Amino acid sequence: MARVEAEVGKRPEGVWGGLVKWIDDRFPMTETLKYHVTEYYAAKSFNWWYVFGVLAFVVLAIQLVTGIFLTMNYKPAAVDAFASVEYIMRDVEWGWLIRYLHSTGASFFFIVVYLHMFRAMLYGSYKKPRELIWLIGMLIFFVLMAEGFAGYLLPWGQMSYWGAQVIISLFGAIPVVGDFLVETIRGDYSISDITLNRFFALHVIVLPLTLIGLVFVHIVALHEVGSNNPDGIEIKKNKDASGKPVDGVAFHPYHTTKDLVAIIVFLMIFTAVVFFAPDMGGYFLEHANFEPANLTATPEHIAPVWYYTPYYAILRAVPDKLWGFILFGASVLLPVFLPWLDRARVKSIRYRGWIYKSALTVFVVSFLSLGWLGMQPAEGVYVMAARIFSVLYFAFFLLMPYYTSIDKTKPVPDRVVYHG
Amino acid sequence: MTEDDVDRIDRNRRHFLTVATVVTGAAGAGLASIPFLASLRPSARAQALGAPVEVPLGSIQPGEMVRVLWRGRLVFVLRRDEGMLARLPETVAELRDPDSAVVDQQPDYAVNETRSVKPEWLVVEGSCTHLGCAPLEDFEPRPVEGWGGGFFCPCHGSKFDLAGRVYKGVPAPTNMRVPPHRFVRDDLILIGQDTGAA
Amino acid sequence: MDKVKVIARLFAVFALLAMSQGFAAGGAALDHADIDPGNKASLQRGARNFMNYCSGCHSAKYVRFNTIGKYLELSEEQLIENLMFNAEKTFETINTAMPADSAERWFGTAPPDMSLMARSKGADYVYSFLRGFYLDPDSPTGVDNKVLAGTSMPHVLWELQGYQKALSSSHTEDGVTSHSIDGFELVIDGSMDGEDFDDFVRDTVNFLVYIAEPIRSERRKLGVWVLMFLIFFWILSVMLKKQIWKDVK
Repeated sequence: MARVEAEVGKRPEGVWGGLVKWIDDRFPMTETLKYHVTEYYAAKSFNWWYVFGVLAFVVLAIQLVTGIFLTMNYKPAAVDAFASVEYIMRDVEWGWLIRYLHSTGASFFFIVVYLHMFRAMLYGSYKKPRELIWLIGMLIFFVLMAEGFAGYLLPWGQMSYWGAQVIISLFGAIPVVGDFLVETIRGDYSISDITLNRFFALHVIVLPLTLIGLVFVHIVALHEVGSNNPDGIEIKKNKDASGKPVDGVAFHPYHTTKDLVAIIVFLMIFTAVVFFAPDMGGYFLEHANFEPANLTATPEHIAPVWYYTPYYAILRAVPDKLWGFILFGASVLLPVFLPWLDRARVKSIRYRGWIYKSALTVFVVSFLSLGWLGMQPAEGVYVMAARIFSVLYFAFFLLMPYYTSIDKTKPVPDRVVYHG
Repeated sequence: MTEDDVDRIDRNRRHFLTVATVVTGAAGAGLASIPFLASLRPSARAQALGAPVEVPLGSIQPGEMVRVLWRGRLVFVLRRDEGMLARLPETVAELRDPDSAVVDQQPDYAVNETRSVKPEWLVVEGSCTHLGCAPLEDFEPRPVEGWGGGFFCPCHGSKFDLAGRVYKGVPAPTNMRVPPHRFVRDDLILIGQDTGAA
Repeated sequence: MDKVKVIARLFAVFALLAMSQGFAAGGAALDHADIDPGNKASLQRGARNFMNYCSGCHSAKYVRFNTIGKYLELSEEQLIENLMFNAEKTFETINTAMPADSAERWFGTAPPDMSLMARSKGADYVYSFLRGFYLDPDSPTGVDNKVLAGTSMPHVLWELQGYQKALSSSHTEDGVTSHSIDGFELVIDGSMDGEDFDDFVRDTVNFLVYIAEPIRSERRKLGVWVLMFLIFFWILSVMLKKQIWKDVK
C-alpha cells in the first residue's frame, strides 16, 4: 500500500494492480476511496471535539456486532426473556462479556452522541451550508432514542416493564387519538408479551437498519460540503495551485491516524467500565432491573435510564399531563431549528461575544441539572428547580434569534488557527 | 545529516510504525473475536441437557426394543433374543461393512460381530446413515426373501441387520452409529459416556 | 477552557450520583455488610448456610452446582455431600422442593428466587434484613422485620440469633406521628453470640453476592490484561500519529 501511495498518479502495476483495475472497470472503488478518504480534505486544526463522530460510528459497530450475538441466545417472550438474559450471563461461553459490551455501549452511545452534538453547538457546524447534515443528525438522535427505549424493554425486568408502562402511557395524553395510539403501540390492553415481541422486531431490525441508512446519508451530506472546523472557516475558499485547500489535510492518513488515537483512548475508558464497573453504580444497569417484571408491584422509584432524564425532568416539571407531553416533545424537537434560530454571522464560539458564551454555559448547566433532577423523586425543592431549569432550557432556543443578532462578534481570520 | 538522510529515517520510521500499529490492531481484533466465536459453542445448559442418559434394562424383554433420547437424538436399545443372535451371521455376505471397518461409526468396543459390549444388548442411534430418517423395526424374519430381521428405513428403502449393519445395494453408505455407552450395572446402561467418571 | 469545565462538571455529577446508594426503601439506614468476595472459606461457609437454611424455600434457579463447586474449589464428592440434598447431578441448578403455588398459599407470596437478590437489593440490604427480625405479637409469624415491614418470611435463623425486640421511638411532625426503630435488644438467646451471628450472616451474604454474578472476579482479572494491551496499542498509535503529522505546518 505504501508504494502505491508514494507514486501518486502512477498506474498501479503487477497482479495486485491488475485486480484493482478489473474492479475499477466494474465498480467505482478507487474513485470512491479517493473522494471520501484519501483525497477528502478536512482542516488540520481539528481538536478533540472532532472525534465524537467517528467514536459514534465505533459504538454503532460494537452495538451491531454484540447485538447480533445476543439475539442468538435471547428469547423475546415474556415468559423466557429474563431467564434468557441470565442464561447469556451464566451459561453461554463469554455471554457475560457480550452482554456487558452491549449494555455499556448503549450508555456510551448517548455520551458520545451528546458530545458530538455539543461540538456542533460550539463551532456552528449546523449553520449554512450544513443544515441538512444537522437535520439528518437530529433524525439519527430521535431514532437512537427510540432504539434505546425499545431495547430497554427486552430484559423484561421491573424497570423495563414499568418504565415502558409510564412512557407509553404518556402518549395517551394526546387528545382524540391518544388512547388509540397507545393501544396500537402496545398491541394489547397493557404492556405484555405481544408488546415485547414487537419491540424486539423494532430494536433488532427496523431501527438498526434505519440507523445505518441515516448514518450513511449523514456522511454523504457531510462530504458534499466538507467538514467544519474549530474556527468556523470554510477551508474550500482558500485552495493552492493544485486545488487542495491550504488549511486542509487528507483524511487518510492524517485524520485516520489521529482518530485511531482517539478510538484507543475511548476503548480504554469503555473497557474499564465493561470490566470493572458495568453497573456504573446502577446507572448503566439499574438495580431494579435485576428483578423480573412483576405486573402487580411497581418499584418505588421509576425513572427512565439516565440518558433520557433531562427530557423526563421537563415533562414532570409541567403540572398538566397534556402540556407536559407537549413541552417534553418540544424540548426534544427544538434543537432541530438551531440552524435558523442562530442569527450570528460567525460560526465558531471562538469569535462570538460574551452573550452567546453565557447563554451556552447556562444551557449546559440547565441540561445537566435537568438530567440529575430527572433521576430524583419529584418532591420538595427539586420541583421548583426543575421548573427553573426548564424555562432556561427553552429560553436558550427561543430567545436565540434575539441574542445572537445583538451579540458582538470578533473578526474571523482567513486561515485556521493551528499550532502544530 | 543531510536532508535526504532525515527523509529516509522518517520514511523508515513511518513504515515501521505503520506496520507495528497494523499488526497490533490485527492481533487485538483477532483476540477480540475469540469471545464471540466461542459463544457459539454449546453452552453450559446444552452440556447439561446433553449429559449422559441412564436406561434401566430390567423391564425390557428379549426381542423388545426401547427408544430413548440422548442429545436430542433417537437411540435404540434392543434386547436381542437367541433367535436374533443366531440369525446375525447368516446374512453377512449381503452386508456392505460386515466387520465395522469404518471406524467413525462405532467405538472400538463395538467392533465385533454383535457391534455391542454385551451380545444381548444392541445400543444404536436410530438414524439412517443416508439422510437421517428414523428407521423402523422389522425384526420378523422372512426366510423366503432372505430377510433375517433388522431395520428398514421408509424414506429411501435402506436396510440394516440386527446389529445395525447396512446392506449392499441401498442408498445408506455406512452402518448405523453406535453411541458411546457403558454398563453401570448389569441392569443399567449409561448412553453418552464410556469411561468411569460420572 | 469550556470543554474542561464541561468534562469536570460531568465527572462531578457522575461521582455524586454514584455515591447516593446505601438507603433502603422507606429510608431505613442499612448496616454495612463488609463482605470479602475473595475469601473462599467465607464463601464455602455461606454456601453451606444457604443450602441448609434457605434452599428449603428459596431457589437460586439460575445457579448451577458445578459452577459453585469449581469456584469454591470443592471436589465433586464434597459438593454432592455438603451442598446437594435434592439434586442428583452437579450440572443441575439450585431449585427448591417447595412448590410455588403452595408457597403462595402458605405465605401469601412465593419466597423469591435468590440468584440475583444481592444485585437488585444490594449486600447491605440482605445483611440488614437477615439481622433485622424482631418480635411482633400481631404478626402471623410472630416477627416483623426492620428492613421490610410486613414481610411474610419467618425468622428462619432464630435458633442461631435468638429473638430480639425492637426499641422504637416516635416523633410527631406536622401533626403526623411516625415510629422509627432505633435498635434491638436480645430477649431470647440463640446458640450464637452477636458477633458470631453477624459473621454467619456475612458469609451467607458473601455467597449471595457471589452467585448474583459468578463471573465477577474473572472479569476483573481479564480487564487488567485488556487495559495493558490497549495502553501498549495507544502508545504505538500516538507515535504513528506524530510521525504522520510531522510535515503538517
